Amino acid sequence: MMANVLGIASALQQGLATAPGAPIQHLAPLQSGWVWFLATIVKLLLIFTMYMIGVMFWIWVERRVCAFIQDRRGPNRVGPHGLLQSVADGVKNIMKEETYPAEANEALFVLAPALSFIPALITWAVIPFGAPWVTSGGQVIDMALAPLPIGYLFIISIASLGVYGIVLAGWASNNKYSLLGGLRSSAQMVSYEIAMGMAIIPVLLLAGNVSLDAIVQQQAAGGFAWNVVTCTIACFIFWVAAFAETNRVPFDLPEAESELVAGYHSEYSAMKFSMFFIAEYANVTTASALLATLFFGGWDIPFTLWDNVAPHTFLKTLLTFGFLWAKISFFIFVFIWVRWTVPRFRYDQLMALGWKVMLPLALAYIVVIAAACLGLQMAGFHTGQWQFTVGLVILNVICVAIVFWLMDRGRIISPAYSRLDRRDIDKLRRAALDRSKFQAAESAASAGVGGAD
Amino acid sequence: MAIGVKVLERPIEQTSYVRATLQGMGITLRHLFNPEKVTVQYPEEKWSLSPRWRGTHRMLTTEDGKAKCVACGLCPSICPANCIKLVPGEDENGNRYPLVFEIDEFRCIFCGYCQEVCPEEAIHVGRHYENSEYSREGFVYDLERLMAQTHPVCEMWDPADPKGE
Repeated sequence: MMANVLGIASALQQGLATAPGAPIQHLAPLQSGWVWFLATIVKLLLIFTMYMIGVMFWIWVERRVCAFIQDRRGPNRVGPHGLLQSVADGVKNIMKEETYPAEANEALFVLAPALSFIPALITWAVIPFGAPWVTSGGQVIDMALAPLPIGYLFIISIASLGVYGIVLAGWASNNKYSLLGGLRSSAQMVSYEIAMGMAIIPVLLLAGNVSLDAIVQQQAAGGFAWNVVTCTIACFIFWVAAFAETNRVPFDLPEAESELVAGYHSEYSAMKFSMFFIAEYANVTTASALLATLFFGGWDIPFTLWDNVAPHTFLKTLLTFGFLWAKISFFIFVFIWVRWTVPRFRYDQLMALGWKVMLPLALAYIVVIAAACLGLQMAGFHTGQWQFTVGLVILNVICVAIVFWLMDRGRIISPAYSRLDRRDIDKLRRAALDRSKFQAAESAASAGVGGAD
Repeated sequence: MAIGVKVLERPIEQTSYVRATLQGMGITLRHLFNPEKVTVQYPEEKWSLSPRWRGTHRMLTTEDGKAKCVACGLCPSICPANCIKLVPGEDENGNRYPLVFEIDEFRCIFCGYCQEVCPEEAIHVGRHYENSEYSREGFVYDLERLMAQTHPVCEMWDPADPKGE
């Protein structure tokens, strides 16, 4: 099975433990020449255009879905079904007056929106968005803008730059609410970045590589051996951390309308505000793409190996591209869906969840997966063999059962009474219970008297 | 420890992260596909107004197209907002008629006293709410404009239920 797989990733992949006697056929991707140059330009334009149009589209989807969830209709006037609403908003925002707070640090104030938007865009450079295309001349064209061998490390380093935009916006505005939003976001994003980075390590262990291409290839090789079934807990942690990293509900504390006006972008108007808005959806798109790539097989079409064996035609590239976008769309929809369902966490709960739950869970899971991999390899099974996958799946079912059982006991993370003494809480509970019993008896008695009248 | 703090034991279904969240997601998903929307698509659909709705005024006319108003001066005297300007005139037969009859709709508080007090059932508040003008002066309605209005008029009270019960 593996023999058919065309390993396109860098030579680093040769180092990973594959089934013995199943060599991966390597074709060196194109690195220079005019075909490479042309292909890069086309990919650049394609990604940028799709990205910007996608962001506009997702803003419309968000507004429509939120309206539907609230039994409203949402924007439906500009264009068919309101599809051009974002265009109209863009035109409006460009025409609007830009206001600068009197005491703002103007240079940073202008820089911040761009800083929050650009990292989300740069991340896309390394995400493989389709099966590689082998031209009739035998040249392999990678369907990633810059298939870096350090893929995931690049993403982590760029993603951590995203916090600067928000912090600088909060600080440069010279507004106490903005500053609080910026501070919260710095603490939040730094905390969850750690959990996010740790959650990925099991995936990297399985792929034996940090290149996103290799991670996708490893998942594509097994039909449906996506990382979501072999690293379920890691996927869960990554998903939660992605919500926190993109500042979406239930982790939208940097904005927190009810407490901080609009948080870090309170002072922004016109197109600069729009840039933050675009940045949010750009981040959501990127987070969804990462989720799809790392855990849901990237461009892989499930239950078939047809998409990742030779010949690598253009049709396969197009189809896999479509599948990646279908996955991304689904995850963005979940982002939106969760936003209009779940209320916001309190700040101490957010921190407690990040440091006391997500991080230890991620660390423990690394140990579990590493031990399982080692054990399975000692038993003679290697990555890519079905016994290896099945072993991991069974392990994951057990892990998920334990984690969900722990989460489902009704224990609240950092509840409001966490500062009280345990005995006092018990006393208060009893008192409340007695009082409610007393009230119930009283109301029953008064109802009885009223009935007699 | 604060006095009067009430700590309640909540049922697990309400506080568990998994079940409660999934239940909430289910509710929102159900509403997502709910075809019944509460939005009224305003310019196409409109709310039906109550028969007692008091909006901008209308002057009723006789069959020969003249205003029913006899310039008795009751409406400017009852008007609490002092928004009616009336200059009475008299023709050769001794019939009084308004030379000037203006209502400043911006000053009007739409109490409907003018309609209640009118002995000739001439001035009425109307069942109408879509008013827009390019200038403030546009909201001073003169007699001609009041007579040209065609919207239905307010039924101050329901004859079957005069006390509004």
